[in-house]
Amino acid sequence: MTTYYSEDHEWITVEGDTATLGITKHAADQLGEVVFVEQQDSGEEFEKGGEIGVIESVKAASEIYAPLDGEITAVNEDLADNPSALNEDPEGAAWIYKIKLSDSAQLEDLMDLDGYKALIG
Amino acid sequence: MTDAPKRTPLYDLHVALGGKMVDFAGWEMPVQYPMGIMGEHKQCREKAALFDVSHMGQVILRGDNVGEKLEAICPQAYATLKEGKARYGFFTNEDGGIMDDLIVSNAGDHYFVVVNAALRHQDIPHMKAHLDGVEVTEIFDRALVAVQGPAAENVVGDLCPAAREMKFMETIVADIDGVECRLSRLGYTGEDGYEISIPDADAERITKLFLAHDDCEPAGLGARDSLRLEAGLCLYGNDIDQSTSPIEASLAWAIQKRRKEEGGFPGADRIQKELADGAAKKLVGIKPSGRAPARQHVEIQCAEGNTIGEITSGCFGPTVGGPVAMGYVAAPHGKTGEQVKLIIRGKAHDAEIVALPFVTQNYKR
Repeated sequence: MTTYYSEDHEWITVEGDTATLGITKHAADQLGEVVFVEQQDSGEEFEKGGEIGVIESVKAASEIYAPLDGEITAVNEDLADNPSALNEDPEGAAWIYKIKLSDSAQLEDLMDLDGYKALIG
Repeated sequence: MTDAPKRTPLYDLHVALGGKMVDFAGWEMPVQYPMGIMGEHKQCREKAALFDVSHMGQVILRGDNVGEKLEAICPQAYATLKEGKARYGFFTNEDGGIMDDLIVSNAGDHYFVVVNAALRHQDIPHMKAHLDGVEVTEIFDRALVAVQGPAAENVVGDLCPAAREMKFMETIVADIDGVECRLSRLGYTGEDGYEISIPDADAERITKLFLAHDDCEPAGLGARDSLRLEAGLCLYGNDIDQSTSPIEASLAWAIQKRRKEEGGFPGADRIQKELADGAAKKLVGIKPSGRAPARQHVEIQCAEGNTIGEITSGCFGPTVGGPVAMGYVAAPHGKTGEQVKLIIRGKAHDAEIVALPFVTQNYKR
């Protein structure tokens, strides 16, 4: 199981051709208190760079961008009732989607933890 | 605007308190502190919150019959504003639009005016040009701090007993720890509280004295915005501007009876006509039924799917526990209880027109 990070502050933990996707602690801290998460439905396909959801904090809306191509296989329904979980445990219980990767080679474009740490300084 | 952002006398204190600083109307201001917008908002509703509003313009007007002269540029009855009293109002333009909103106080030997930070550069020349024989002086050496919330009377009253005797919309000069301050019992959160004008040199020390009270915590612009929206108070540039009339903005309450009847202010033709016949659109409270906040510029549709207006302010209301918004709708659709649709990112969400404010105002009348 390996975790990758995107420049848009998402993380993906990969096992075979399936993965779990969420936003990083750093992103959650920047957003402030999350009050609403707009998620897509299971079965939706997406392309790298496409918008796959929106996170609303008290003040502003921020888009979630797909870090690679894939298909949503499961949605974390708990976030609808408890959006603040994204502030409490963004890299654990508050995952956003399970996805099926279309092209595992795209993982090479993402960062490892050290690379991400360097990005956020 | 290439000027470096300006700093208030409390800048160092904001940073020391962990304030997240942002550019606001050319000023470096705290948007929130470590407590977070939600916590700061609740602090203000339940105890007391302190806001730095030093970026707003403080202006002294001196001369004969200042109140009367203000009536030539404002629809408010300032000629009859009693000494020691403050009154909300606005400058109107020749088309009946709102140029800025402001608080005017009759301070006895002068009038004290507070205008929006972003518009002080417009308002000062405007007053100079139209208030004949009045000396218009913008103050640059005083901070302005707002202490707001049900515990504000104790926070301010412990340091300044005279504050306890004040009623809503009253203003006095009083001593706080040896410093002569102007206290006005008002604010823009829907809560009881004070705005306190303090000389720059003493601003940080006095502010720390307020914050030393167990019930008082600092709050930033983020909480200020969600508080004023829940209280149904307009934000200039969002909910009101040069094109919106006070009648459209549901601010008829802020124009006193005599002025409504007599007119004699810029844009009186339009404003009196709208008072008589109603305006074509009106500012209303809007309660989305789901959890998705509806932000500024979100389209409002009637049940049949026709566009009837636009959201002007919207956020999550921490006290309400869900999204709250204000916006303009075509007048026939502006009745409380009307069901509407909000088009958020292309999807229609149910919402209802509701009476403002979203929370009960707690002023000490």
